[in-house]
Amino acid sequence: MARHRAPPYGRRMITELGHFALILAFGVAIVQMVVPLVGAHKRWPGWMAVAEPAAGAQFALTLLAFGALMWAFVSSDFSLRLVVLNSHSMKPLLYKISGTWGNHEGSMLLWVLIVALFGAMAAWFGGNLPPTLRARVLSVQAAIGVAFFAFILFTSNPFLRLATPPFDGQDLNPLLQDPGLAFHPPFLYLGYVGLSMTFSFAVAALIEGRIDAAWGRWVRPWTLAAWIFLTIGIALGSWWAYYELGWGGFWFWDPVENASFMPWLLAAALLHSAVVVEKRESLKSWTILLAILAFGFSLIGTFIVRSGLLTSVHAFANDPERGVFILMIMAFFMGGALVLFAARARALEAKGVFSMVSRESALLVNNVLLAVACFVVFIGTMWPLLAEMFFDRKLSVGPPFFNAAFTPFMVMLGLILPIGSAMPWKRAIITRALKPLRYVFVLAIAIGALAYAIQSGRSLLGPLGLFLGAWIVMGTIVDLWGRTGRGENRLRRLGRMPRADWGKMVAHAGLGVTMAGVAGLTAWSMDDIRAVPLGGSYDVGRYTVQLDDVKRSQGPNYVSTTGSVTLLHDGAEIAQLRPEKRFYPVAQMPTTEAAIDYNLLRDVYVVIGDEQAGGGWVVRTYIKPLTNWIWIGCALMALGGLLSLSDRRYRVAAGAAKTKQVPAQ
Amino acid sequence: MRALVLALMLLGTPAWAVQPDEVLSDPVLEQRARTLSKGLRCLVCRNESIDESNASLARDLRILLRERLVAGDTDAEAVAYIVDRYGEYVLLNPPARGSTWVLWAAGPLMLLLAGGVGLVYLRGRARTPGEEQAPLSANEQARLDDILKD
Repeated sequence: MARHRAPPYGRRMITELGHFALILAFGVAIVQMVVPLVGAHKRWPGWMAVAEPAAGAQFALTLLAFGALMWAFVSSDFSLRLVVLNSHSMKPLLYKISGTWGNHEGSMLLWVLIVALFGAMAAWFGGNLPPTLRARVLSVQAAIGVAFFAFILFTSNPFLRLATPPFDGQDLNPLLQDPGLAFHPPFLYLGYVGLSMTFSFAVAALIEGRIDAAWGRWVRPWTLAAWIFLTIGIALGSWWAYYELGWGGFWFWDPVENASFMPWLLAAALLHSAVVVEKRESLKSWTILLAILAFGFSLIGTFIVRSGLLTSVHAFANDPERGVFILMIMAFFMGGALVLFAARARALEAKGVFSMVSRESALLVNNVLLAVACFVVFIGTMWPLLAEMFFDRKLSVGPPFFNAAFTPFMVMLGLILPIGSAMPWKRAIITRALKPLRYVFVLAIAIGALAYAIQSGRSLLGPLGLFLGAWIVMGTIVDLWGRTGRGENRLRRLGRMPRADWGKMVAHAGLGVTMAGVAGLTAWSMDDIRAVPLGGSYDVGRYTVQLDDVKRSQGPNYVSTTGSVTLLHDGAEIAQLRPEKRFYPVAQMPTTEAAIDYNLLRDVYVVIGDEQAGGGWVVRTYIKPLTNWIWIGCALMALGGLLSLSDRRYRVAAGAAKTKQVPAQ
Repeated sequence: MRALVLALMLLGTPAWAVQPDEVLSDPVLEQRARTLSKGLRCLVCRNESIDESNASLARDLRILLRERLVAGDTDAEAVAYIVDRYGEYVLLNPPARGSTWVLWAAGPLMLLLAGGVGLVYLRGRARTPGEEQAPLSANEQARLDDILKD
């Protein structure tokens, strides 16, 4: 009989090498933080040049550490404490891999890996940056790395060993054993940490004491990338919640969700204000402040999730060391950056002059709305804590508050979006900007009114959402078409429009589609709960649901109960559904696997529940209109971002060769 | 960050929500009960309403709420009955009473403030040309033009 799964010597060596690489990366990051900063101050090219190879080495070493940890998970090395707590030898390979970041220590290692990745990318693609700016950007980025390497090594080391390895692990939370969720954290992290790059650019620019249009252009691709990743990450998480949690909710205004949504809102604001810096050299100090705050909210998000502070004030006391450490990191970076901002912001006087009615003003309104919306989410998230601390009131702030307090800002944003994006720079004539939009407006109103007339309930939200969606989508298409000018060959010119213009159109249309989807789903969803005997059938709306059979079976690491359901529409069969519930014995946890008949206009969502004492099974049926529009809209937003990112204007590195001969200032 | 992941680790089990035996025979009363229970917090869960939760305490609250409605309470009376026993913590939508008005007013006030600051800034932009930055050297200007020209 095998005594236990002690891995052979070589395999354990890999883990030790990983641990060693992590410590080395910490050292390299310290060098990268100090040497280039001093070099940039003293104008010593040799010292500044350290940044680039150091950024590469830091990334390579962190990748090695991360790879070693992943190897330990894949090979089920139960001499590592982390693997024992979060893995199991019977777990499918995909979840062994995703288990690497499905826990606190591993996810923090992924976090610094991405900090290092972005640093290395800035070093590789930053050939066109002035040498001092590049040195300072990489130094600030390394400082963020140093803080988190220290956090990992001193409070959350993933490479801790157990003296006596157990036979098997305790398995990963079954809810996390899902393909959608395997990739949700990495995308979200790429987004969070991508904002560290804009933060580094902002702080470096403050140290330099100057910001120009070129800075706006350098910082925009990084913001865009971070925003794309955040969009995908949030959408994946929301989609997963929708199909996995068993009642089709897609957004819960939970503190951890809000933690990812706040940076998204600010990154969206930053994207737009950086355009003004790039094109018009205005809004500079505000853009810098946004860049600092956007990363600040990423850190707050990390703090909220990692400290457990908002779960309850008491959870914080369970692990004060980690919480206090992150709080210190946050205080250092936010405090430092804001002090620097206060000292230097006056030096960033704007150049461009523009009238009250102009693209600049419209983008400013966009920024005000997004920033205030972010503030509402922030105060709602923190309020239970504040109320308990200052007013001794124990209260909850839940979805009804956020829906009521947040939605008006999004409605306003949706209303002004097509108008603002149709305005020219500097000085706009409002009637001229509105002229091509008037038919679109009338058509959108008509669509909303039609929805109001044919809906069965008394909802105002649904028609409003459809109106906004139609207004934004059609408005942005008309805007792009209007840019092709007049006369012949408009279609050809449309094809030759810069990718950034296409990106803007697609992303804005995506926002409209998502808004319509959210409103439609919230306003018009229907549900039905009942006990159904085997062979029984019932009607929900215009659909008939028939429960044919329920079977029990054994999965790789769970026991399954699966129903066979026939879905009929006006008497004709349209789908066979297999709603399932699973029980994971190792974790002692049940999960639901809803069966969903997807459709562009509606989802039919069937969940099987418990067997009833009197015979039959509990079956829940939900009709969810326009649900898929939410994810399609998110996909369009991400695609629009990608199109913009691929615009040739942002391939700044492409110009590097031409400008190499320019000496350091 | 990893938004839902952690929420759900703490949440424990997936929601089964309302059970068939709780459903009232009067559809109007049942609809009122569903609407009200979406605004009441499951006290032992994390950020879940009793309408969504499968905790036994949530079930007790759902049944209690339905009993009050069947007994003829108005919506406000039924909610007040539950708040009297469980505290205002049970309300997912904190009423704008006492210090909570700050929470409700925060968004609109911030919009006014930000709008005001924005307006002052815009007026300044429209009127004065603004101080020029330290001018770029010829070399820098050439580089800038080079970068911006496409």
